[in-house]
Amino acid sequence: MILTKAQYDEIAQCLVSVPPTRQSLRKLKQRFPSQSQATLLSIFSQEYQKHIKRTHAKHHTSEAIESYYQRYLNGVVKNGAAPVLLDLANEVDYAPSLMARLILERFLQEHEETPPSKSIINSMLRDPSQIPDGVLANQVYQCIVNDCCYGPLVDCIKHAIGHEHEVLLRDLLLEKNLSFLDQLRAKGYDKTPDFILQVPVAVEGHIIHWIESKASFGDECSHHAYLHDQFWSYWNRFGPGLVIYWYGFIQELDCNRERGILLKACFPTNIVTLCHSIA
Amino acid sequence: MAAVLESLLREEVSVAAVVRWIARSTQGSEDNAGEAAALSSLRALRKEFVPFLLNFLREQSSRVLPQGPPTPAKTPGASAALPGRPGGPPRGSRGARSQLFPPTEAQSTAAEAPLARRGGRRRGPGPARERGGRGLEEGVSGESLPGAGGRRLRGSGSPSRPSLTLSDPPNLSNLEEFPPVGSVPPGPTGTKPSRRINPTPVSEERSLSKPKTCFTSPPISCVPSSQPSALDTSPWGLGLPPGCRSLQEEREMLRKERSKQLQQSPTPTCPTPELGSPLPSRTGSLTDEPADPARVSSRQRLELVALVYSSCIAENLVPNLFLELFFVFQLLTARRMVTAKDSDPELSPAVLDSLESPLFQSIHDCVFFAVQVLECHFQAMMGQLSAACSHSHFVRLFQKQLLQMCQSPGGAGGTVLGEAPDVLSMLGADKLGRLWRLQERLMAPQSSGGPCPPPTFPGCQGFFRDFILSASSFQFNQHLMDSLSLKIQELNGLALPQHEPNDEDGESDVDWQGERKQFAVVLLSLRLLAKFLGFVAFLPYRGPEPPPTGELQDSILALRSQVPPVLDVRTLLQRGLQARRAVLTVPWLVEFLSFADHVVPLLEYYRDIFTLLLRLHRSLVLSQESEGKMCFLNKLLLLAVLGWLFQIPTVPEDLFFLEEGPSYAFEVDTVAPEHGLDNAPVVDQQLLYTCCPYIGELRKLLASWVSGSSGRSGGFMRKITPTTTTSLGAQPSQTSQGLQAQLAQAFFHNQPPSLRRTVEFVAERIGSNCVKHIKATLVADLVRQAESLLQEQLVTQGEEGGDPAQLLEILCSQLCPHGAQALALGREFCQRKSPGAVRALLPEETPAAVLSSAENIAVGLATEKACAWLSANITALIRREVKAAVSRTLRAQGPEPAARGERRGCSRACEHHAPLPSHLISEIKDVLSLAVGPRDPDEGVSPEHLEQLLGQLGQTLRCRQFLCPPAEQHLAKCSVELASLLVADQIPILGPPAQYRLERGQARRLLHMLLSLWKEDFQGPVPLQLLLSPRNVGLLADTRPREWDLLLFLLRELVEKGLMGRMEIEACLGSLHQAQWPGDFAEELATLSNLFLAEPHLPEPQLRACELVQPNRGTVLAQS
Repeated sequence: MILTKAQYDEIAQCLVSVPPTRQSLRKLKQRFPSQSQATLLSIFSQEYQKHIKRTHAKHHTSEAIESYYQRYLNGVVKNGAAPVLLDLANEVDYAPSLMARLILERFLQEHEETPPSKSIINSMLRDPSQIPDGVLANQVYQCIVNDCCYGPLVDCIKHAIGHEHEVLLRDLLLEKNLSFLDQLRAKGYDKTPDFILQVPVAVEGHIIHWIESKASFGDECSHHAYLHDQFWSYWNRFGPGLVIYWYGFIQELDCNRERGILLKACFPTNIVTLCHSIA
Repeated sequence: MAAVLESLLREEVSVAAVVRWIARSTQGSEDNAGEAAALSSLRALRKEFVPFLLNFLREQSSRVLPQGPPTPAKTPGASAALPGRPGGPPRGSRGARSQLFPPTEAQSTAAEAPLARRGGRRRGPGPARERGGRGLEEGVSGESLPGAGGRRLRGSGSPSRPSLTLSDPPNLSNLEEFPPVGSVPPGPTGTKPSRRINPTPVSEERSLSKPKTCFTSPPISCVPSSQPSALDTSPWGLGLPPGCRSLQEEREMLRKERSKQLQQSPTPTCPTPELGSPLPSRTGSLTDEPADPARVSSRQRLELVALVYSSCIAENLVPNLFLELFFVFQLLTARRMVTAKDSDPELSPAVLDSLESPLFQSIHDCVFFAVQVLECHFQAMMGQLSAACSHSHFVRLFQKQLLQMCQSPGGAGGTVLGEAPDVLSMLGADKLGRLWRLQERLMAPQSSGGPCPPPTFPGCQGFFRDFILSASSFQFNQHLMDSLSLKIQELNGLALPQHEPNDEDGESDVDWQGERKQFAVVLLSLRLLAKFLGFVAFLPYRGPEPPPTGELQDSILALRSQVPPVLDVRTLLQRGLQARRAVLTVPWLVEFLSFADHVVPLLEYYRDIFTLLLRLHRSLVLSQESEGKMCFLNKLLLLAVLGWLFQIPTVPEDLFFLEEGPSYAFEVDTVAPEHGLDNAPVVDQQLLYTCCPYIGELRKLLASWVSGSSGRSGGFMRKITPTTTTSLGAQPSQTSQGLQAQLAQAFFHNQPPSLRRTVEFVAERIGSNCVKHIKATLVADLVRQAESLLQEQLVTQGEEGGDPAQLLEILCSQLCPHGAQALALGREFCQRKSPGAVRALLPEETPAAVLSSAENIAVGLATEKACAWLSANITALIRREVKAAVSRTLRAQGPEPAARGERRGCSRACEHHAPLPSHLISEIKDVLSLAVGPRDPDEGVSPEHLEQLLGQLGQTLRCRQFLCPPAEQHLAKCSVELASLLVADQIPILGPPAQYRLERGQARRLLHMLLSLWKEDFQGPVPLQLLLSPRNVGLLADTRPREWDLLLFLLRELVEKGLMGRMEIEACLGSLHQAQWPGDFAEELATLSNLFLAEPHLPEPQLRACELVQPNRGTVLAQS
């Protein structure tokens, strides 16, 4: 699961302009049978998000929105049961869930007197039954269940994956008899790692004070963001630590070991603990 | 010598000439011939003039000030004759008080009563302007003290000292020539042990003489115990050795005066001896007369001598400026003449003008003289600061000194800067420190003037106020205002630490005290500076007369409104409010405004300020506390200072009452920072009491009621505790406690220093651990209680749950009282933990008695530390933790109150092998996307896969190891969608191409599985009403032929399993009719509704009823 930069680039190359659908994922799995499905999905998702970030603005010009909305209206007039919105999103290379949001916003602007609040939009996307127009509700729902990278369902899956891996890591730590502090964020702390070891350990010759669980693939972009936003802060406050990218990472990124950030793709096997009896 | 004075008095020579004559040995060119002639004959005596003058004054004052400590006099040559003095009898008969350097004797000042209390100070020649007169309390003059009699002339002295030739300049530093006061002269004269007081050296020759401590007070702790009478009779309990007056002591003296005045000011006419006063001597009944300028006996003569004297001071012709000041102050505060009756009151004018008559014939003369000197002196000082830069330098010095003195521990209010009672330092401090504290307590005014006292200058501040008044220098005032304004702006803009709500652990409670302390220092400095700024700025306009009215007022207003404010306080206030720093800005602004004159509140500029303050005042509703609002104590402080301001006479009452409807909610700029100082707990009780001592009146009132004394008379029980440990509950009696502290001190004295360090270390750590322990046990328990109470509250109050702030209040009112247990628990903890720690750290060989004492002291200190912290902070701590818990609970509830009710965990046997929730959501999502389409022709799911999926869902829901509430919510929603798709037969089934639809039996089985999951396994709410949403029911519209039986089946099962009520379903069906449907679909829907509604409530036998529906519509309603 640890990929070289070259391997990663090869996969990323195949993902250019691939719509985030079930079918695309299936094809990707066939193309890279040796990689785990979760890793591929994670890479795909991250690459797609990068792509969307780059192109987001052009879909949000008023001209673009107007043109999409007209196309949607024309489409549903012809056939309300056809996947008008989904096809439109795929055609213009935009995430279906985001396209659904765009059109929903535009629809509500037209039909409601006050511009819709973000929370109302979110609520409607979570539960399209609330959308006053039955056809649009179906179209939106279709976009959401067919989008593998965006939308409330995907968000929930991602959140659940993160949570599950934290639980997994906690079990592993308990199993190894390593005492730790966790749930620090719930206690009001900002910027703390998932686990702070009460007694430091050594992994592959490196001292570890804390462990952060990342249920994603560590690519350059996300890793640098994490370093900047989290890991160096943890390092500052708690000393060197370990990051586990459960879905792997680019090998070359594991270059900060000496400086105090160790990367692993699984729970380390050889953990050296402090010996209390000095014989 | 006297001849010089005499010629001066006869106006033969001018004062200036005399001073020039003294200062310069040569004759000045500006002297006129007559003067020169008069003085030149006395040339040989020039060097002796100043000492003569000083001694003359001391001698003259001896009748007035027999009781005080002597101001050392000066004389250059001991054996020098006094040619100008007729008769020149050996001194001592009358001049006993002050001739410290008599020709032949060394005077002992041993057992001298310290100058303890000075009567009401009079400023200016007016008849006791500030006060109505001298009250009973002035009876505490030295003469009533037995120790006062101790000062007496030492023997007759021996005349054996070598005389100096007059041409030799006197060497004041030569201790051979000027033996220290009280030193035993090289003769058999000195027999009585005496305290040693050395003169101030005045020349660089000091290095040649023996090293001496000159005029410095020896450490108090070194006061020989052989003089208990002198020490004990001092009403201040401060055994200040006589004669050791430094500048600091001068200030102290001033401070005493102020305290006393403050004490008296509310009831100037009838000072009541306090009941239970620790100062029995205060009830003495000596009466004093007020000084009256009209009764000054020889005004001109006094003026002249004062002028000469102050000129000498100004020219630095006296060796010690402060010594002379002290002397002048003694005169100023003299009480009465003791030997006045000895002298003939009917002296002829001629006699009056000569030196034959006493200079000070009455108290009036003394005060008049002192006032003359003081005015000359201070004005002269100011006069010397001619250049602007000197002014600004001086102002800087003034300001620095002001801050230092009025905030140092010795200064007024210094000890209440937020210092927690620190017994360690009590133990560590020398006796001096303890005595200081005791003195503070004793001297602190018993009454600060009722709940709304006028602005005052307590303690050292009085000195600075007097300085400004006496100097009455326009330049100085201007520079002072500039400097004060600048400093205020600087301090007001200081970036004080912000509250970091995310950074809390056991340590930070204690650490936050540091920030509070910093805030307190800044705030108190600001208040002090602003007070003086206000005082100086409004000084020219202040007067006792009521504000002018009518036209005069209009013209004054027009004039004054043109004058720019000394500091743009309006802008500072506005900014402070916007930045949520009112807690810093308002208190000093109030100090500033408290000195405003009558016109100020009428000026538009200040009117704006008052309006802002009024609005702020109204907005500070104490009971309203919520996120982003001001902390309680911050509010209280602002309310207290504002309330005080509104009561000041210069602030018109109608301002407060007539101000029409200030907007209730105080509008704060929306771009204001989330967390300003106002939201940080920067004010603690101590700061509150420091800033608003009048709040203490309430306590005093209660205390006096409790003690049974009358509150009206101002009498109340006064508790004197040398150590500030009153908060610890029951304590041994005060004296035994003091003794205990001494014993502890003594105990450590003869032990190795490491023992003390160990004990202190243990106490400090155990105390700290105790706080953490209480936090982790008692407070954590209370938080848990709060959480369960909150849950109850939420259940009873429904989904809304009420206002979080209100909830918090309810919880806190229930839980905070439990904080009282903290003290008992803390005490118990310290008792349990400290001894072991001390034992472990001390050598094993430590004697048992020492060990047990060390343990006990450690327990005491740790308890003290912990309890002090706990009693001050436990309520706030509980409040904060409960608040955090409430917001956590409310947040965790999320938009849907899913987390409500008891959550079950996995069963005991669960091995957590269930599929992961994320995997299941993903799988179900795939099924949903397949069903919704678009899909490839070969895509679909097998019925087995569906069944397996639902089975896995059950496992996951039962395991819960990895399940988080949002995942469960989505699973619930997805399961409902899946059910709808099953009912509408929309799921593409894989299999032989012919069988592209799910069998009815399979569908029912799957629906049964879902119903069971909903009923048994989901712990959060399942949005079953979505089954009847237009979108999901509409799925049926597309099917041909339409099959309603599964829906009807599902609805019945929902009712039967109690998952949905009939009424609820009816309501959903009813609302379905409102949607737009194809005509035939609407009809069928109506039929379904009717069928469902027509069914009796008995479920099972009616299952077949729907199969009776006529099939003529091409709709298969019943197929099974």
